[in-house]
Amino acid sequence: MSQFEPTIVAFVCNWCTYTAADLAGTSRMLQPYNVKLIRMMCTGMVDPKYIIRALLSGADAVLVSGCHPGDCHYINGNYKARRRVKLLQEMLAQFGIDQRRLKLTWIGASEGNDFARTVAELVEEIRALGPNEARAVATL
Amino acid sequence: MATIARIDIDETGPVRAVQGFLKTLLARGGVDAVLTPAHLVPAGTVMPTLISDPEALERADPLSPAFPLNAARLVSRLTRGSTSGRHVAAVLRPCEIRAFIELVKLNQGGLDNVLLIGLDCPGAMTNADFRVFGLEGDPLERTREFLRAVAGGESRPGGRSLAGACRVCEHPAPEGADLILGLHGADLDRAIPVLGNTARGEGVLTRLGLPDAPGAPGRREALDALTARNTAARDAMFEATAARTASLAGLAEYLSGCVNCYNCRVACPVCYCKECVFLTDVFDYKPDQYLGWARKRGAIKLPADTVFFHLTRLAHMSTACVGCGQCSNACPNDVPVMELFRTVAERTQGAFGYQPGRSPDEAPPMTVFREDEFSEMTGEAH
Repeated sequence: MSQFEPTIVAFVCNWCTYTAADLAGTSRMLQPYNVKLIRMMCTGMVDPKYIIRALLSGADAVLVSGCHPGDCHYINGNYKARRRVKLLQEMLAQFGIDQRRLKLTWIGASEGNDFARTVAELVEEIRALGPNEARAVATL
Repeated sequence: MATIARIDIDETGPVRAVQGFLKTLLARGGVDAVLTPAHLVPAGTVMPTLISDPEALERADPLSPAFPLNAARLVSRLTRGSTSGRHVAAVLRPCEIRAFIELVKLNQGGLDNVLLIGLDCPGAMTNADFRVFGLEGDPLERTREFLRAVAGGESRPGGRSLAGACRVCEHPAPEGADLILGLHGADLDRAIPVLGNTARGEGVLTRLGLPDAPGAPGRREALDALTARNTAARDAMFEATAARTASLAGLAEYLSGCVNCYNCRVACPVCYCKECVFLTDVFDYKPDQYLGWARKRGAIKLPADTVFFHLTRLAHMSTACVGCGQCSNACPNDVPVMELFRTVAERTQGAFGYQPGRSPDEAPPMTVFREDEFSEMTGEAH
């Protein structure tokens, strides 16, 4: 039996985590191919409905990743993103969506290593957790 | 010491007495008009009505069990950006006041030119039930009958259940009002206490020249008993709703009667966006998209995006949900929307320690942040 390959949608900010992902790539770091990156100008502009949409469309996890505190290009978008992710984790847990399926991290532009490690760990975690229920519900 | 006056009730009953109070308010309270539920025509239903002619107050009936819509948005319209210096008094249920305070925080209304008169809320009926109960016979007599039944502790006043939202309402007193009509525990054959609840309310009350009341005897006890009963019913409702929606499949089944009419969004007093994203073309798809989904999943329900709509609305406004139940009242297919929203709101409001409508000074959770919070989410010290 082939092993479950989770699909992970990652909303990453242009200034930090996207640059880190780019660095991981150009540095030839080995990364699992399960992550679909969506480049945003700031995690502060990730509307909750994008995340809900991804999870209802069958993504097994969503990663939101921006700049470290104090580094946000727009001063405090990362803090606003944190509140929204918290809100969604609370909300989605009501419907049996494990909070681990929505992860928030802060990865700086120079931290290609961190990005590669975060993604690898997340893939393993979600692989162990199994597929998102939304994949099996056709009537959403 | 809070000021407490009283509205004396004669043989014509409590509704006439409240009408008399509103007339006094128009004459001496420094307001130019009163927004109050009123019977539209002798046999018509009850709607919020802006009254400046004292004669027209003969149709006012804020004690009626009719609750056709949450009037918070109307008060918002009467106060937002007002520069005329004219004042309005609005007679509102507690959940209408809480919703209005949420709208004020979102810059959709102002407190400067409005006097909030809050009812100790006896509860309301659904629109469907009120059409059967309230439109037969003398409307004011029907209201009196309803109030007697509520005061007597009847679970089905007038032979009708109260609306689901009212049966689980843990805020039956209008905390944010300037003046409170203290119906809870009052003897409605004798007098209704009027409590000054803010400096502005007390100032107005002093001008009206109503007789003083020694207090509001029995009010605290009646309020505590009602709050305890409703809170227990609320917790049982939370448990039942959480069990039914504990999975996405359960949620889809729960919402299976939804036809995407968005009436719940229209009726929601705190869903205030001028252009809702669900009315834009953001979620209009090309035919191939639907066919692609059908092929990928084997089947796709149409209209699509039902669960998506409700989840998005929960994300946008569950922290502001005041539990008025107008979403359920507006649903043409009896989807228990209020129960779902309140159950999720309990979680989301709890996560931020937020109680909507409690105070205009408390910022909505998604509009602010602290640097030193939720650090466990990212594992950082900040």
